[in-house]
Amino acid sequence: MTSHATDTPRAGARSSDLPEPLHARPVPRPGRWVSAVVVLVLAAMVLHALVTNPNFRWDTVWLYLRDVNVVRGVGWTLVLTFGSMAIAVVLAVLLAIMRRSDNPVMRSVSWAYIWFFRGTPIYTQLVFWGLISVLYPRLSLGVPFGPEFFVFDTRDVITAFWAALLGLALNEAAYLAEIVRAGLGSVDPGQAEAARALGMKESRILRRIVLPQAMRVIAPPTGNETISMLKTTSLVVAVPFTLEITYATSAIGTRTFQPIPLLIVAALWYLLITSVLMVGQYYIERYYGRGFDGGATGPRRGAGRKGSGGTGSTGGAGRRAGRLSRQAAIRGAGTTKDDPFAEVTP
Amino acid sequence: MSATTAPTSDATPATEVPMVEARGVHKVFGHGAGALHVLRGVDLVVPQGSVTVVLGPSGSGKSTLLRCLNELEEITAGSVHVDGELLGYRHDAKGVLHRLHPRRIAAQRSRIGMVFQRFHLFGHMTALENVAEAPVQVRGLSKAAARRRAAELLERVGLADRADHYPAQLSGGQQQRVAIARALAMDPELMLFDEPTSALDPELVGEVLTVMQDLARSGMTMVVVTHEIGFAREVADHVVFMDDGVVVEQGPPGAVLENPSEPRLQEFLSHVL
Repeated sequence: MTSHATDTPRAGARSSDLPEPLHARPVPRPGRWVSAVVVLVLAAMVLHALVTNPNFRWDTVWLYLRDVNVVRGVGWTLVLTFGSMAIAVVLAVLLAIMRRSDNPVMRSVSWAYIWFFRGTPIYTQLVFWGLISVLYPRLSLGVPFGPEFFVFDTRDVITAFWAALLGLALNEAAYLAEIVRAGLGSVDPGQAEAARALGMKESRILRRIVLPQAMRVIAPPTGNETISMLKTTSLVVAVPFTLEITYATSAIGTRTFQPIPLLIVAALWYLLITSVLMVGQYYIERYYGRGFDGGATGPRRGAGRKGSGGTGSTGGAGRRAGRLSRQAAIRGAGTTKDDPFAEVTP
Repeated sequence: MSATTAPTSDATPATEVPMVEARGVHKVFGHGAGALHVLRGVDLVVPQGSVTVVLGPSGSGKSTLLRCLNELEEITAGSVHVDGELLGYRHDAKGVLHRLHPRRIAAQRSRIGMVFQRFHLFGHMTALENVAEAPVQVRGLSKAAARRRAAELLERVGLADRADHYPAQLSGGQQQRVAIARALAMDPELMLFDEPTSALDPELVGEVLTVMQDLARSGMTMVVVTHEIGFAREVADHVVFMDDGVVVEQGPPGAVLENPSEPRLQEFLSHVL
């Protein structure tokens, strides 16, 4: 492992040390060219078939892409997606903490919740949420099994929108809870122990030490779930909630006898939102990966200037900096094992 | 067990409360047939301002003993006093023993610094943030004041120029020095070191031991679990040798390390020296 790292050119070493790199003819790879051409031709055929087929009615697609009902549908879809994800994340953290609790009641309730909401179809759950005002016509606040103080008509409180939002959120929370649990479990117990030894309270340890590091594991699948939720919102017709993009476009499609172009309109909007979400996901993952990604980065940006000049203790700051970048170069080569504690000697 | 325990250091005046006083400490992991009796009645007295080095083969219970001095392990029997205060429990007026509220235990821990074998620096925080974290979260210090103090402490361990590096960007020796600074930030009255140099490459051991030696010279009370016999000989006031969950021999380093009376200690020293 280490000898291999020595053989590769050191990117971070002093430039005067750099030897003349080897000049060798590459291995001929005709297969690469052939496969690339084949795939490009196939892709061109697919694109051509899409653009030139008059049945897709691209002019209609373009017309309705900016239709006011469609854009409003996009808005409702976004509200449902982010609203339900926000509720679900809070619930999921709660469920995951309950799952790790010492209290057996907390543990079992969390387990049963996840079991039920993962074990039944989201469509069925949404239908039930739509029927809640039939099943429970009255809601009341009061002492459990005792007197009631406030009584509501369920239909007034849980409208179709709230039924859809809660239905999506409660289902999603079960999946996210498992993701959060895996994330919390991925943090080295030594982290919590070190914080405990410093006298921090358990709630602080969770919030300041464990959760931020768990986010590195939690963020990528949560981004995935958000993108998945974007499409799952199309199921709220089961409630029925009829303002989001899929229902809005299919309604127009039925009315104008042009279902295909309107399906494409919805698909394009989903694609666009997904693309934006992917950009956001990249930045969120980068933020929570701080201090962990590769180790091949320098000190935090905009910092590290003030100390390096004056106070250099023994060997001088310059020598140390050279040493660090050499480490970084070795790690960057990707030939060593990914252990932040390992100091690699070339 | 008192038969195996030598009288405590003569340097302690009878009037002074020892920094650590552990009496008859037992620790059992697990229950029933699989139970593991790791500590079998340990007595340990650490006078104020002294350095005690705990030696012993792996599995002898020395790390567990250290963790009991900081409540990271709950003791099964016996008692631990730190600076005269009973750890983890209190007696009410009728003499009934009560477990302390976790908040009280956290407060007790905050006065005892601990340095771990694997450093356990907070990976998502820079060196400076690692050191400043607990004073803000536990002591309620302002962020600015905590960062100023953290910068001072990093300078003290020779890492002023590494303040904005994440742990993954530091060598093992540098990480361990940050960990020492992090513990010192709480102004502990007692510092516990759990094999602080065992995870380090040989050429990085020296820098950590130097910091510890400076700390000892400044009058900090320290309990150090280590395999560094040289450190024990030079810095320790008191050396404790443990084997199989009991203290086998203890005394000043000269006596214990040069003229060991116990055959188990003689054998251990022949392996490590």
